[in-house]
Order: sequence, then structure tokens, then C-alpha cells
Amino acid sequence: MELHRLTIQQLAGELAKGQLSSRQATEHLFQRIERHDPAIHGYLELHQDAALAQADRIDKRRSKGETLGPLAGVPLAIKDNICISHGRTTCASKILGNFQAPYEAHVVQALNAADAVILGKTNLDEFAMGASTENSGFGVTRNPWNLQTVPGGSSGGSAAVVAADLAYAALGSDTGGSIRQPAAFCSVVGLKPTYGRVSRYGLVAFGSSLDQIGPIAKTIPDLALLLNIIAGHDRRDSTSADLEVGDYLANLDKPVKPLRIGVAGEYFQEGLDKEIAQAVRQALDFYASLGAEIVDISMPLNKYALAVYYIVATAEASSNLARYDGVRYGYRDKDPKDYIDMYYTSRAHGFGAEVKRRIMLGTYTLSAGYYDAYYLKALKVRTLIRQDFDKAFEQVDCIAGPVTPTPPFRLGEKIDDPLTLYLSDVYTVMANLTGLPAISIPCGFSSAGLPIGLQLTTKAFSEELLLRIARMFEQATDYHLQKPKLQS
Amino acid sequence: MPAKIDPDQVRRIARLARINLTTDELEQFAGQLSDILNYIDQLSELNTEGVEPTTHPLKISNVFRQDQIGQSLSNEQALANAPRTHGDFFAVPKVLE
Repeated sequence: MELHRLTIQQLAGELAKGQLSSRQATEHLFQRIERHDPAIHGYLELHQDAALAQADRIDKRRSKGETLGPLAGVPLAIKDNICISHGRTTCASKILGNFQAPYEAHVVQALNAADAVILGKTNLDEFAMGASTENSGFGVTRNPWNLQTVPGGSSGGSAAVVAADLAYAALGSDTGGSIRQPAAFCSVVGLKPTYGRVSRYGLVAFGSSLDQIGPIAKTIPDLALLLNIIAGHDRRDSTSADLEVGDYLANLDKPVKPLRIGVAGEYFQEGLDKEIAQAVRQALDFYASLGAEIVDISMPLNKYALAVYYIVATAEASSNLARYDGVRYGYRDKDPKDYIDMYYTSRAHGFGAEVKRRIMLGTYTLSAGYYDAYYLKALKVRTLIRQDFDKAFEQVDCIAGPVTPTPPFRLGEKIDDPLTLYLSDVYTVMANLTGLPAISIPCGFSSAGLPIGLQLTTKAFSEELLLRIARMFEQATDYHLQKPKLQS
Repeated sequence: MPAKIDPDQVRRIARLARINLTTDELEQFAGQLSDILNYIDQLSELNTEGVEPTTHPLKISNVFRQDQIGQSLSNEQALANAPRTHGDFFAVPKVLE
């Protein structure tokens, strides 16, 4: 198999055998990026010198027979809202266009400790606000499966570079579906871990009660391997859970038996693309053929989740993004009239349209006279949604459904209609509102040849179970092995 | 519950959010935010009397630590990204005339 097609596990095996050096693998990917990324634009910044220096260090240590980390010499990509202490961390926003993080995110430190090689930073919707990566301040990313369609978002760059074999895996962040939706659109696997499972130290904040970092990879074992490395308690993130982390690889290939999978009729109502409904039903039939019991469950509050999400996420964003004031870091407008004008003009020219829209919405729902009707109301419905899930998990081990209501849409198709674009998140926001772990795995293709994803959700902190259930499907299907045909 | 907001209300919100908007943006946001708020208004169908609000998805409580001096950024690092500095300080336009 071609070098770039390998999974992390396969590459690590080749490197360990000494058949191949990390420098060779890293150089190979940079050549491939040079050839294919101009059309895709998954990367915002490449760290070529640092990556090759790290690859050489690993190769040298390997030749001396030193014990190396589980990702020794494996080239990966990082979403550009996660801080690395060299190069820039822009969040794809002009307001952070020249920002150089003075410290490193917990997950980056963990990857470094595992001896990984970091290729560069990937594109996203500005501040992770969007579902198409069209809201980037530095140009759109295109879907490798069809360059006229979006890769999803906000981790669209991370999903696209993994799908196009321009990185062996990547990290993303997920506030309302931003790992799972692009993973589905690009036919790769993506995991949003339980809220608190992975430290967010060094992740630029968007919605603090929703944000979670997670991996995007080619296979479930690679996801499990990455989660092994990034999961765990970190006292620098006060929401990080002080719980034992298991070995997600240990029992990964052991099928889950008995297995009860819940399916909500509400997921298959109006608005869901017919081919996606069919692919998801087929996936359920497949689980049934393996002996799983498919249980009808009811999620009556499903239709309210998106409204709750857009209140909570924008309220938190309006508060979090107040820090961009042009004083301590970030863009400051030239020659403001006075101190106050500096805020108004720097934010007016530094933020893009979607970020402004969300800050405005959040400011409105938090403002005097509207707080009770919108924000407090949303927090109460959030409790009811949580109770819906608690009830469901008394009957089932796992809840299955679509990741997205439609296949990847055309670039520009929804950009002028924010509400329509928000509806892309209709199946993914529940996991963020409830904090539950959820995964997207490839489960088919539309008649136009565009990827379709299956979403699985399990109880809080049960990623081991979730990955095993996902692995059962992956082991018996070949959707994840299909690759986009790239033009050179 | 007001269903729609007009450009004047958008202007007021923009002042609270410290963002200057152009006349075009005021018009555009008035329409778009009204659409979004109309959609959100469906929450009023639900009875939430007596329901506790959820601010965090999982039960977490405050994390305390000893107030000890630890490692922090140096002055130089802290100022490195500042648009303007003056000696050891962040510099801003004059606050008082």
C-alpha cells in the first residue's frame, strides 16, 4: 500500500521495524500536501522545519534503541484553535491573525510526550462557529470527495486532510458537532469524548459548557490510540474530570454482547435525506444481524435541542469573545478616536460576519428583559433533554442515528441563510448539551458518491464501550477503506 | 415575547457587544436575527415550571487550590502579542483628556 494510505497503527509498525524512517514518512506527506492541498486548502500553516527536526530526533533515538512513545514519528495535524507554542494560532480569525500562543495546549503536550510529529495547523470556521468551514477568515476548505462541496465544519480542515491522506490523523474540537459532522462529510471517523474527558487547557474557548477536543482518524483503532494519549485529568482545566482512564485499545476488537441499540423515530422525520435514512437503517439491520437488539425509544424533546443549543452556545460565545478588545493581543484598528472607539472598531474589523451574528444573538438573549425568556428557559429545557437521555439509557446501551440531515452541500449554498446552515447541526448538538460521548463512522455513500455518517452515543465516560460498538461495524464493512480520487 | 427585532434594536445590541456595524449590517442582522429568534421561540411551547436550569452537562463543582506562587508568563511573553506597548505595560489610547 502507498505510504500515505497507511493507518497510524500500520505506520507505527513499519517505523518500529526500521523499514521506514519518520523523516521519509514526514517528507512524503509534505510533498503530498504541496501537490494536493492548494485545491483542498485544509492547512492554514505548515510547520515543516519543526516537523522534520522532530522526525529526525525520533529516528535518531530509535536508531539508538531508546524506548519511544506510542506515536513515535507519526505525522499529525492540529486544528488551529488549539495552541502550539511555535507558529501562529489564529482560530481562522483576522482578529488573531498574528497571534503566537505563549504556551502549549495540554493535548499538544500529550502528543509531544507520545513522540508524534506535528505537520501544521488546519482550517476551521472562524472561532469554530459554523458547519462548512466557509466562515474561515482565510479562505474555504473544499471536500476532497468533491471539490464543489463543503467538508463540513467547524473542523473541516482536520477532516479533509485526514480524508485526503495529508495527515495520518488530526485533532479537532466539537461544540455542536464540529468533529462529527465534518467526519461524516469526509468519510473518516471522528469522536467527541465526554465533556471533561480531555483537558481543554490551550483550546481557545467558544462555548465553555459545550466545547470538547477529540480525534479525527482513518480507523477506530487509531481513534482509540489517540484517545489513550489525550484523555485524562489535568488540573489546569477545572472542568477536566478526575476519573481513571482505561486502555481504549485493550478490548477494542471484542464485540459487545448483549447489545441494545436505541433508535428514536424522531430522528427519521421530515428534513432527513432519504439516502441517509436508508444508509442508517441498513447499518441498524447490520447490528441486528450481529445479534443486537434494536429498541424503539422516544426522544420527544429532540426538536427543541437546536433552539436550546443556539441560545446556550451564543450566550457563552458572547461572553468568551469579550476578551478580544485589541488591548493585550490580537488585532487593533489603526488610529481609533479614543479608548472606547478602539473596542468598537477593532471588533468590527477583526471579526467576520458569523462571529458578529453569534455575539449579537448571545448578547441579546443575555440582556436585561430577555434573560429569563431565552437564556434561563434554554437552561431548563437543557435539563429536560438530559432527562430524556437518562431515561433512554435505562433501556439501551447505545443510541444510533444519522450525523447530518443532508449529504455534503455545495459551497455557497447556505452561506446567506444562517438559520438553514444551523439546521445542519440538528443531530449533533444533543451530545454537547448533555455532555455525552458520540462518534461518527462512515456508513455509506449517496448516489452522487458523497459520504454518509452513522452516529452512535453512549453514557457519560463510556468511550470504551462506544469505540467497541463502532469497531463492530468497521470490522465488517469497507466504507472506511474507500478513498476520494484526488486530481493532481 | 417580541418576535422580531428591528435595525434600531440591533444597533442597541451592537453597542452592548462593543461592535460597530454598518447600515447594511444593521439591516441584514435585523432580518437574520429575527428569523433565528422566531425559530428559537418554539421553546415557549414547553412547560418548564419547577425545572432546575442546567449550566453544565455533568455534575462538577468548584476546584480549589492553595494560593501559592507558581510559574507564570514572563513580562516579555505576556506583552509579546500586544498591539502596542510602553515599557513594561500595554499601551492604549488616552482614557482621560
